[in-house]
Amino acid sequence: MKITRRTFLKISGATAAGTVMGGLGFDLTPAEVYAQELRIKGAKETTSICCYCSVGCGIIVHTDTKGKVINAEGDPDHPISEGALCAKGASSYQIAVNSNRLQKVLYRAPYSAAWKEVKWEWALEKIAANIKKSRDASFMQKNAQGQVVNRANGIASVGSAAMDNEECWLYQKFLRALGIIYIEHQARI
Amino acid sequence: MTNHYIDFRNSDVILNMGSNVAENHPVSFKWVQAAKDKGALFIHVDPRFTRTSTKADIFVRLRSGTDIAFLGGMIKYILDNNLYDEFYVKNYTNTSFIVNPNYSFDDGLFSGYDPNKRAYDQKTWALEKDENGIPKRDISLQDPRCVFQLLKKHYSRYTLEKVTQITGTPADDLLKVYKAYSSTGGPDKAGTILYAMGWTQHTVGVQNIRTMSMIQLLLGNMGIAGGGVNALRGESNVQGSTDHALLFHILPGYLPTPRAQWATLEDYNKTTPASKDPRSANWWKNRPKYIISFLKSMYGDKATKDNDFGYSWMPKLDPTQDASWLNLFDEMYKGAFTGFFAWGMNPACSSANAGKVRQAMAKLNWMVNVNVFDSETGSFWKGPGMNPKKIKTEVFQLPCAAFLEKEGSISNSGRWMQWRYKAANPPGVAKPDGDIMYELFKKVRALYEKDKGAFSEPILNLKWDYETHGHFDIHKVAKDVNGYDLSAGKLMASFAGLKDDGTTSSGNWLYCASYTEAGNMAARRKKGDPTGLGLYPEWSWCWPVNRRIIYNRASVDLDGNPRDSKRVILKWDAAVKKWTGDVPDGGWPPMGKEGFYPFIMKPDGVASIFGPGLKDGPFPEHYEPLECPIEKNLMSGQRINPVIKIFEGGPDTFKTCDPRYPFVCSTYRVTEHWQTGVLTRWLPWLIEAEPQVFCEMSLELAKLRGIKNGEKVVVETPRGKIWAVAIVTSRLKPFNIAGNTIHQIGVPWHFGWIHPKDGGDSANLLTPTIGDPNTMIPESKAFMANVSKLNQQPAKKS
Repeated sequence: MKITRRTFLKISGATAAGTVMGGLGFDLTPAEVYAQELRIKGAKETTSICCYCSVGCGIIVHTDTKGKVINAEGDPDHPISEGALCAKGASSYQIAVNSNRLQKVLYRAPYSAAWKEVKWEWALEKIAANIKKSRDASFMQKNAQGQVVNRANGIASVGSAAMDNEECWLYQKFLRALGIIYIEHQARI
Repeated sequence: MTNHYIDFRNSDVILNMGSNVAENHPVSFKWVQAAKDKGALFIHVDPRFTRTSTKADIFVRLRSGTDIAFLGGMIKYILDNNLYDEFYVKNYTNTSFIVNPNYSFDDGLFSGYDPNKRAYDQKTWALEKDENGIPKRDISLQDPRCVFQLLKKHYSRYTLEKVTQITGTPADDLLKVYKAYSSTGGPDKAGTILYAMGWTQHTVGVQNIRTMSMIQLLLGNMGIAGGGVNALRGESNVQGSTDHALLFHILPGYLPTPRAQWATLEDYNKTTPASKDPRSANWWKNRPKYIISFLKSMYGDKATKDNDFGYSWMPKLDPTQDASWLNLFDEMYKGAFTGFFAWGMNPACSSANAGKVRQAMAKLNWMVNVNVFDSETGSFWKGPGMNPKKIKTEVFQLPCAAFLEKEGSISNSGRWMQWRYKAANPPGVAKPDGDIMYELFKKVRALYEKDKGAFSEPILNLKWDYETHGHFDIHKVAKDVNGYDLSAGKLMASFAGLKDDGTTSSGNWLYCASYTEAGNMAARRKKGDPTGLGLYPEWSWCWPVNRRIIYNRASVDLDGNPRDSKRVILKWDAAVKKWTGDVPDGGWPPMGKEGFYPFIMKPDGVASIFGPGLKDGPFPEHYEPLECPIEKNLMSGQRINPVIKIFEGGPDTFKTCDPRYPFVCSTYRVTEHWQTGVLTRWLPWLIEAEPQVFCEMSLELAKLRGIKNGEKVVVETPRGKIWAVAIVTSRLKPFNIAGNTIHQIGVPWHFGWIHPKDGGDSANLLTPTIGDPNTMIPESKAFMANVSKLNQQPAKKS
């Protein structure tokens, strides 16, 4: 009996909950491959590394022709993970496709009970002004012993191991240029 | 990690202690399984039976916070039964070195303790040197003042009986583990340790790891395939973020942060480790080259020899200042800061004593929170118990791109730096973190160009030129991190070429060789495996200089021949005078009788069984957690680590041996969530799998408290309380601690009030502000709590 996708669907539709499909005596592989093709047909593949724990599993992200993420799965070529992902890594496409993502710049004024949507330009300028004000007001050139310290005591930072290496390095450069010494992140806790 | 994930498969005995590898690093477990398939023995030691335990050949329990007692007993067992690797111990460690005659240890205290300062004067812990400044040795290991004899004496107190009383682990179970693990002492055997926060999050965290490191050295397991000391780090790039020094005490590449007493670059360079022993490579002697190359990457052409390469522009800590996490939030609570960045972090749930952190943030004038999803930190002002009308803090919540929406690299626990590509655009107006900080600094600089303000030099002179065609370009940063030969205008090939005269730059010397004229090494995907040991030298890149197993010169004998013929990671080819295999820890000829010792990062060239330098002693010693269930440390008169900093007052309280808080509690993780849950609680599949905070307890404890499986309970400490769903399970069992029944409970810390609505809040509302004296990592794995049924609302009167 030659199984086409159509007849396969008929057979599988006729079986209760599909639990006896393995007993049909034919190879399901072509149908599975076809189904997989449908989902990612024409999709672009991009390699990535999982964002969760430190194992560093390979992920292939599929995007459709409009650039939307439609799938993420284990990278079979990756020597550590060999295509496998845990529950978190396997769910990672839901980070990209998620209506709860922060998509706007939000501002909460002092004593306010609500967020207000603002523009990047406005927020960055206001943050920059805050940095300058806090830095200038708290800047210490010499400590109590008269030693030169050239630091801004009034600002602190935590984060982030969730950033890429290049961003981490750039962030420490940014903070140290401002004279900040209270620099900490996930590694300490 | 000294080794890497795939290398687990090369082990004969794998000890997993202080972590739960199957549930928290699930995919790496395939390499534990691969080792088992080849006949390896897998041991799990943990207070709780987990899915890791189900696959263990030997599973034994211990009371949380007693690892040093457990492992101290193993050291005694190894020494008593002569199971150590004698060649390795004598040649590659400081076991034969002679210790200062005034060194002593008595009743839990090492010599030099000052109870008022809660600190040691470490003078008497020094190693003796001869007239040439070279450490004195007794290679027969008989001198009563040699490290070997002092080690024997110190751990003679860790008898099976004593260890059992402290840990609650039956003596038979202890022996099973000791015997199995110490079978790896032969040169043809490899044993490895996999640990995580179960070891670090204690007031003896560093010494937990040191105890095991000493065992690895005694058994000759360091620097070999299938061996090493392997931290399973918790975040995808916490290795990289540490390497790049998002920490108060270091600059990129583990250079010390400048301090006030080092006023000039010359003063700073005087701190460079020195050795008078011609056989010690003392690699850290290169520090001046690395700091000057770093300063060149910071300030570019503005860093010149005449201005100390801009050293004076770097902020300096006070001489002994500790600006680490717990102190940072303590200062914030006291109102020391007006501004705060929580960039890709959720301290409102991740910090120990999170209730204190939430209050502290209300004392700020402004806060910037950058994240992918909303969090308890960005929205702290509308959290439980908060009245927005009374909170002055101005909050900016900036949306950032997720990992698959930008390009860049991350470093896994095995030090593999792997490149990721951008798959899609971020949603809405979200941007990559790099773009945000790049634009923000330009705004700050513009303000200082207009109005100079305080000490504007470092801001105006910073090298901030990471654009291509008007857009931020991450590759330009990656190249700056690698560094340049500035005279030739070429990317550096490796850190061996860095100089201290300002002609080279390197943002982080450890990453020098990652992005060279040959291309972006982290993006490589070739799968050749010449050693057959899974090193994959052309897949991505690893620091340092693509060396996959560090300290690998300890895997060969004095002539450079592999000590283990089955696992050859390095071999000296005398005919061509070259090493083959992994990238050697220094390309010099084998040690022989006059060559360099193998531990090139140590000033003495050998590994430290005796370790002066840590704040709490040269040998690890068992102390009880800050909060513990027994009044007296059974090992000595010192109940707790004598040098930990105690935070007291306001939201900082602790209670030990208090009948109101009778149960040992640990926080931990589940497979389906990650850290505070910011990146998992908002994902429909994951929150469906693990929707609520729970509290695991034994059948015996549930019976004692009248709690049924699935009921809601209250878990409470002096710092705070949370509700949780009771999971009554035989995975936990009561301990017999010196004749007393002690119960252990556990709570995952992935939850928070913001989402989902009925998911519960952070387990860190329970944990104390207390840290390890060396690292200040909080003690989240052992504190005391109470658990009781959530009281029903009293019935309304009719």
